[in-house]
Amino acid sequence: MFELPLADLAARLRDRQVSSEELTRLFLGRIARLGAGLNAFITVDEEKALAAARAADARLARGEGAPLTGIPVAHKDLFCAKGWRTTCGSRMLADFVSPYDAHVVEQFDRAGAVLVGKTNMDEFAMGSSNENSHFGPVRNPWDPARVPGGSSGGSAAAVAARLVPAATGTDTGGSIRQPASHTGTSGIRPTYGAVSRYGMVAFASSLDQGGAFGQGARGLALMLNVMAGFDERDSTSVDRPKEDYTRDLDRPLEGVRVGLPKEYFTADLSPDVAACVSAAVRELERQGARTVEVSLPNQALAVPVYYVIAPAEASSNLSRFDGVRYGHRAANYADLADMYRKSRAEGFGAEVQRRILVGTYVLSHGYYDAYYLQAQRVRRLIARDFTEAFKACDVIAGPAAPSVAFPIGEKSDDPVQMYLEDLYTISVNLAGLPGLSVPCGFGAGGMPVGLQLIGDYFGEARMLNVAHRYQQATDWHRRLPPGAA
Amino acid sequence: MLSLDEVRRIADLARIEVPPEGLAALQQQLNAIFGLVEQMRAVDTAGVEPMAHAVDMSQRLREDRVTESDRHAEFQFIAPQVEDGLYLVPKVIE
Repeated sequence: MFELPLADLAARLRDRQVSSEELTRLFLGRIARLGAGLNAFITVDEEKALAAARAADARLARGEGAPLTGIPVAHKDLFCAKGWRTTCGSRMLADFVSPYDAHVVEQFDRAGAVLVGKTNMDEFAMGSSNENSHFGPVRNPWDPARVPGGSSGGSAAAVAARLVPAATGTDTGGSIRQPASHTGTSGIRPTYGAVSRYGMVAFASSLDQGGAFGQGARGLALMLNVMAGFDERDSTSVDRPKEDYTRDLDRPLEGVRVGLPKEYFTADLSPDVAACVSAAVRELERQGARTVEVSLPNQALAVPVYYVIAPAEASSNLSRFDGVRYGHRAANYADLADMYRKSRAEGFGAEVQRRILVGTYVLSHGYYDAYYLQAQRVRRLIARDFTEAFKACDVIAGPAAPSVAFPIGEKSDDPVQMYLEDLYTISVNLAGLPGLSVPCGFGAGGMPVGLQLIGDYFGEARMLNVAHRYQQATDWHRRLPPGAA
Repeated sequence: MLSLDEVRRIADLARIEVPPEGLAALQQQLNAIFGLVEQMRAVDTAGVEPMAHAVDMSQRLREDRVTESDRHAEFQFIAPQVEDGLYLVPKVIE
């Protein structure tokens, strides 16, 4: 039963063919058996999970179940969950037990989902390989010698190995779509402002957005129904009516215009990935979609702009970690300033330190205009490219990552090479658009490849529609990694 | 290109201690990142409004009333060092 997608498990729970306690024990058993080898979890709490499962069973018995009631889920370890350790993959927060719930955690609890654990991640969500975690790298279930992608690598690996049917993640520059692509899972990053950031440890506030991993598009839509919605505790939460993200899933694709950005299909893209993505586009055409070439002329500037804006926001957000109110405090120091300096040097890993330093520099006196303001101006140009492109198409299709998952250690000494992993995902964050990745085949080394779909603002339902129709005709999303059966 | 002195100055501004033997490697890594960033600086952006946020919106206002309850005990429970409801830090005034 572990291999069933979210919607099928929900139906069995509703029909009382299985109890939430049985289902939760099944997945806890898989985590115990396969979890440690993948290092996908930082915290697992069987006792809390089983208590939540029994509460869900009582609710289902009363006939008051919602679509996710009784479903085991995992949260990326940057969503604060009351009474749970929330580490953000960092030594800085290694012992931090949250005194409150994130909005997303609250919403899943309210829906009756069963939280089984918190997943591993790149420290403070900074990374594209999950090698930057204080708790060690996550391994790719398709090949344990390779990375699962990042920063939501633990969630991606957990869903890929069917350790949980669903997990949350966050996507600041590709941190859901790129690991989804690398692990053969489906992952969605909604429009900026659709999911509240309240209780989500901040990295780059104008780019961070919570989202979800699942086997297929229907599960993602069900999770978005729970996660998305206005929350006054997030000042950038968008106040708009609740929508049902499953409403368009089955709509035929006849007449849908799929934009193919010519800047995505260049020599930067590995031929194996290009072949899978092209085949996926042909399947959409077979179903009646029409392809149009579009152009994103400023695409090449997305990574450079991101590495000014994201570090700038990070340096400001992470200034709160000073060893005073919570988090790591150094054992020995001379005075207050020395306590700050030592606590931060010990608490933050190398990549987090680098980004704080880059951010500090670009915001410092004399450099602000040349770097930060200029980056914000180019960001506007990048966003305008998408506005132009969406005049000619309904969704944009392309790769989610330039190649399949790479071996652990291959790029860890070269930050700039690592940054280029997010070549096809970062511009979506800069523009604030929604994007998803669904499995579309296997490339070099038998590793999964993802098809990225990008939607217009609040165009999630249309994007999920295209993804779901594609998954009705293909079975890539149902394939299991070798060790997971 | 950042000089070693500039790296030291930024580290000080960011309140991060960098051991002297780590400075040169850090300088090299930071300069590689600024090398990547460089191509964006040459773009002509005259007349382009800076985009600070992904979605154009104005700051919401709410009624000026107390909405939070007093939870200082819960929040201070996780602090490294507290006494009588106060956070303790090394002495700053002699």
